[in-house]
Formats: sequence, C-alpha cells, structure tokens
Amino acid sequence: MDLQEKLVASYMAQTSSTEDLSAIAKIRSSAIETFEQQGFPTKKMEEWKYTPLNKLVKTDYTVFPKKTKNLTLDDVQPYILHDVDTYKIVFVDGVYSAFLSETTHEGMDVCLMSAALSQPKYRKVIETYFDTATDSEDSFTALNTAFGREGAFIHIPKKKVVEKPIQIIHFSTGVNQNLMLQPRNLIVADQQAEVQIIERHQSLSDTEVFTNVVTEIFTHKGAQVDYYKIQNDHEEASLVDSTYIVQQKHSHAKVHTFSFGSRFVRNNLHFYHKDEAIQSTMKGITLVEGKQLVDHHTLVHHAHPNSESHQEYKGIYDGQATGVFNGKIVVEQEAQKTNAFQQNNNILMSDKATINTKPQLEIFADDVRCTHGCTIGQLDETALFYLQTRGIPQKEARALLTYAFANNVLASVTIPAVKMRINALIAKKLGVNLGFNL
Amino acid sequence: MLSIDNLHAQVEGKGILKGINLDVKPGEVHAIMGPNGSGKSTLSTVIAGHEDYEVTDGTLLFQGSDISDLSADERAHLGVFLSFQYPVEIPGVTVTNFIKTAINETRKGQGLEEMPANVMLKKIKEKAKLLSIDTQFLSRSLNEGFSGGEKKRNEIFQLAMLEPKLAILDETDSGLDIDALRVVANGVNTLRSKDNAIIVITHYQRLLDYIVPDFVHVLHEGKIVKSGGKELALELEEKGYDWIKQAM
Repeated sequence: MDLQEKLVASYMAQTSSTEDLSAIAKIRSSAIETFEQQGFPTKKMEEWKYTPLNKLVKTDYTVFPKKTKNLTLDDVQPYILHDVDTYKIVFVDGVYSAFLSETTHEGMDVCLMSAALSQPKYRKVIETYFDTATDSEDSFTALNTAFGREGAFIHIPKKKVVEKPIQIIHFSTGVNQNLMLQPRNLIVADQQAEVQIIERHQSLSDTEVFTNVVTEIFTHKGAQVDYYKIQNDHEEASLVDSTYIVQQKHSHAKVHTFSFGSRFVRNNLHFYHKDEAIQSTMKGITLVEGKQLVDHHTLVHHAHPNSESHQEYKGIYDGQATGVFNGKIVVEQEAQKTNAFQQNNNILMSDKATINTKPQLEIFADDVRCTHGCTIGQLDETALFYLQTRGIPQKEARALLTYAFANNVLASVTIPAVKMRINALIAKKLGVNLGFNL
Repeated sequence: MLSIDNLHAQVEGKGILKGINLDVKPGEVHAIMGPNGSGKSTLSTVIAGHEDYEVTDGTLLFQGSDISDLSADERAHLGVFLSFQYPVEIPGVTVTNFIKTAINETRKGQGLEEMPANVMLKKIKEKAKLLSIDTQFLSRSLNEGFSGGEKKRNEIFQLAMLEPKLAILDETDSGLDIDALRVVANGVNTLRSKDNAIIVITHYQRLLDYIVPDFVHVLHEGKIVKSGGKELALELEEKGYDWIKQAM
C-alpha cells in the first residue's frame, strides 16, 4: 500500500470514531475526495518542477502516533524563546501539552483547534472561517483539511493589541516510528487587532518526520498580524507549510520565514486582498547546505486598488543544496495603483548548489507599479581578502559576508528576541562564534 | 622586521615580481615608488598574503620567520597590515562591528582574551578623534557610499585600532585632497614608533612631504632598480620615471 492509499484508508477508519460539526464533516469528506483523485503532486506539474517528492511520499509513516514520549523541560528548552514573555501553544506528536503551554481566554482566545472544533461557543467562528481561505484544489492542503484536528486557534477581538507574542510549537518525538503530522492553525484578527506569532516545528528524534501544516489567517479592517516562521528542524524532518492569508482594508500582514534546517521544506505563502489599501509583506532568509531543499512559492493576489506588497527573499546555498523561489503576483484589472515589489537574491557557495528562481507576474491593470529582480552570485573574493588582512580568518570572513548579505531582511523583525535567535542560528549554521549584533 | 630576498611571484601564471630585495627594520619608513605596472601593488598584495599570488622563488621573512605559506589572516595576527588602494565596500557590516570583529579575531589568533567592551569603546573613540572621524560615521556600513577621503581615513583608523608592527600603505594618497591627505598623514605619523615600520607605496612625492621616509626605492618591471634616501623622491618628481628607465 503506498502512502496515498494508506492515508485514504486511515481517513475512512478515523471518521467513524470522531464527532465533527456536520458542516466540518462535509468539508473533510470533500477534501479527502480531492486528495484521493489528485494524489501527491509530481515533477510533471509546473508548480513542483524543481521539487521532487519521491523520497518523501515513498516513506511509510505512522499517521496516528500512539506512543508519546514524555518530554522534560530540558528536552524542549532550546527551541522555545525565553528572553521574552510569551503565550505558548505547544504540541507533542500532534497532542496538546498543557504542561508546556500557556494559553488564555482572557479578552481573547489563544487556545486549541480541537477545542474550537468541538465546543458550541466557537461554532460560528469555525463555520465562518474554517477552510475558507485555502486553495481547495491543492492536494497537500486537502489532505490536511481531511486530517487536521489539532493546532493553534487564535482569535483576537476588535482593537485588542496582544501585549506579548504567541509561540506555536509542534514537537515530534517519533519513538521508533516515522511520523506524519498534520497540524491545522486558524488565526483571526478582528478590526484593528494586533498580534505577533512565532511558529516552529521541531523533531526531537532521528526518525523521519513529515509535517504537512496548514495555517489560515484572517486580518480584518486595520488589523496587523506579524508572523515568524523559524524553520530549523532536524535533518531527517520534512515540512510542507501552506499559509493562506485573507486581508481586509488597511490591514497589514507580515510573514518572515527563516529556513535553515530540515531535509525538505516547501512553503506555500498566499495573500488574498479583499479590499483596498492593504499591505502584505513577506521576507525570508534561506541558509542551507548538504542535500537540503527549500522551496518558496509565494502568491499575492491584488484584487483591489491602492494596495502594496513587498517581498524580499535572500538565499544562501552551500554543498549540494537546492533552492526554489517562485513569486507569483496577480494584479486584477480593478487593482489600479497597486505597488508590488519583489526581490530574490541568492548566493551559491559551491559548484554543486542550485537555485531555481522565477518571478511570475500576471498584471491586468494598467496603472500599477510592479518591480521585481533576482540575482545569483557568489561571495566577493576581494572582500574576503580584505577581511582576512584585518585578521578575520576565512571561515569567519565568509560568515560575516554571508550575514551581511542577508541581514537587511532582519531590519523588519519587531521582536528583539527573535532577531537575536535568528542571529545565533545563522552563526551556528555557519559554524562560527560571532556576535553579529550589527 | 621584514626581510625579502630575491622574491619572485606570479599571478595566474604571469610573473610580476622578478627578484625583489628589501630589508625593513623596526622604526623605519620605506617608500616604494615606480611607474604604473611596475609591480608595486603586487608586492604589497604578496606581503599581505593573497592566495592567488604565488611565490615562485626567493624568501619572505617577517621577524625572522618564513611567512610565505601563511594565510592573510595569520599574517595579520603576526602584525602585518595592508591599507588598500581601493577599500572594499561591505554593505550590512558597520564600521564599528567590523573593527570589533577584526580586533577580537586578531586577539584570538594571538592567543589573547577578547578586548573588554568598555576598553574597545574607549579606544574607538580615541582613534576616531585622532583621524577626525565623526562617531556617526562608525555606524555606517563599511565603506559603502564613502567618499575617497572617507575610505582612506577609515583605512588609517583600522590601522590605528589594530596597531600592527608593519603597515603597508598602498597608494593611500590617491583620491585625497590636500586637507584629507594631511589628516591621514598626521594619523600615520602619530602611530610611528621605534618598534613598528611602514612601507608607503606611492606614485608621487606629495605624500612623502608629510610622511617622511628613511629610504626610497624605485620599482621597475618587478625589480628594485634604485634605492636612496628621501632626496631620491624629489629627484624622481623632477625628472620623472623615464630617467630611471633610460638609466636601465
């Protein structure tokens, strides 16, 4: 039985034992049908041309992990930000950990998807939002819709400015088994609400873990969502991350993606504009080596006038690593005065590293400003020599230049603890002990 | 301090230095002059340790040890400093962070502890003042958008911070107006001592009015063809390099 068949069969088995709202049950059964028909994407599909899934979907995963290893605080401490006070929604092998979490219902909901899906008081919210932002034809998303029962549910009411960031952390322990996890997050920021969120997936074992996560984010009028994805997972871990953001007037959604770890990462980051004067920001630093693959597929759908999107992705590829950047910007005819900016800069540190970069602009309006650019280069040898003559050894000099190449992406990070953590992760990844407090 | 004997070097298979002999002792200032393409910049690059420049013959001794197999950073740790003719722009690294990293990596290379932050700060302020460098300038990206004068002043600032034993100033005067030249030269002179040495590479006599050399050498086609005291620079200024070429 291949993975697709196994997943479909597992779905059939689980539906008899769970109770969903009838509306949700309908969405799920339609989703599993989509997945059953489409199966996993193949390299023949344009969107997956440079991102082979063969190895990933030929592995046998446990779909419903049974044994959860008891984690101690020491096991998880390194992956949680401590130098800032935060709310925490923590899962271990897909199961909520009350011990590690700090949720709230005071003046807002920072809690669990499972609670939102099962408790009557959330019924209206769930029916209004659940699976309404997604691309229902995307087979990974459909698969998650069919299976996803747990994750973060965050609802920030009107004008509420959340005073501290929220960390969403999914740990996996995979005791003697390969795991497939399908977390599902739903985030709703009502009018003028403001929230900062940090998301992380972390495997704590050497077994193969495949996470297929879907996050839906709704930013209502004037709301601000500041989202950070720290992707520094174990080398046996793989991630398909699909994030769908629906924006209303004057809202600003900002997503930073830091991809340093994992064997395989595919990010689908979609912004949909439902009104005028919207800002969408997406930034990323990718720093990989060995046989790692990181794929960023972004989509900004400008459907109304006077909106802006700003994307800036920096990639550094060493060893035999592969990168993909596909930035799609759609500007509908109605979306006059759109200002869309896209930049993708890459450095190849070795002869065997690869980057496939493609801007994809579909513009139907005539009064717009769309700029895009991509570069592929190498570290400047003269600069390296210059640094070395100042006593900075080659490894440190390369690290400094690499950091300098990427660090303007960090200027828009608003949580100092995140910035410090990213600096530290970059230094660690480059094998140097430099402060980088530039 | 620096002892060069019959040094031959090539880059990309092309021989550029063809038997250099040069002896620099502590406390001395040597000027190396010569027409374009004579090998002046190659000599400084070879001493500093660029890996693309290969020493094919002769010896390169620094404080009695052969340094020809050492990397540029290892030579820097021993006390060799090269002020670049064209300092490299490095966006994203501030002057301050760069100098801190350079000092602490050098100290690490010398087996010393990192310099305490307050000592570093005090030193940065003191040396910035010496070179009339505004503190705002220190938080800018290294050399990015700097004027020619600012770049050179920044080179000498690094020299002042790192306090090397041997400083090679490669065409430090190019791109400087007379005021900037005076500031830079004054900075260099303040750093002169009986323990360190300076090699000034220049086309023109002008800089040598301010940094007065003990010896002047003329480089031509990869060899030192004439050496003398500071009056040799004046003679060159007057007669031009053709005089040397003809004498050959």
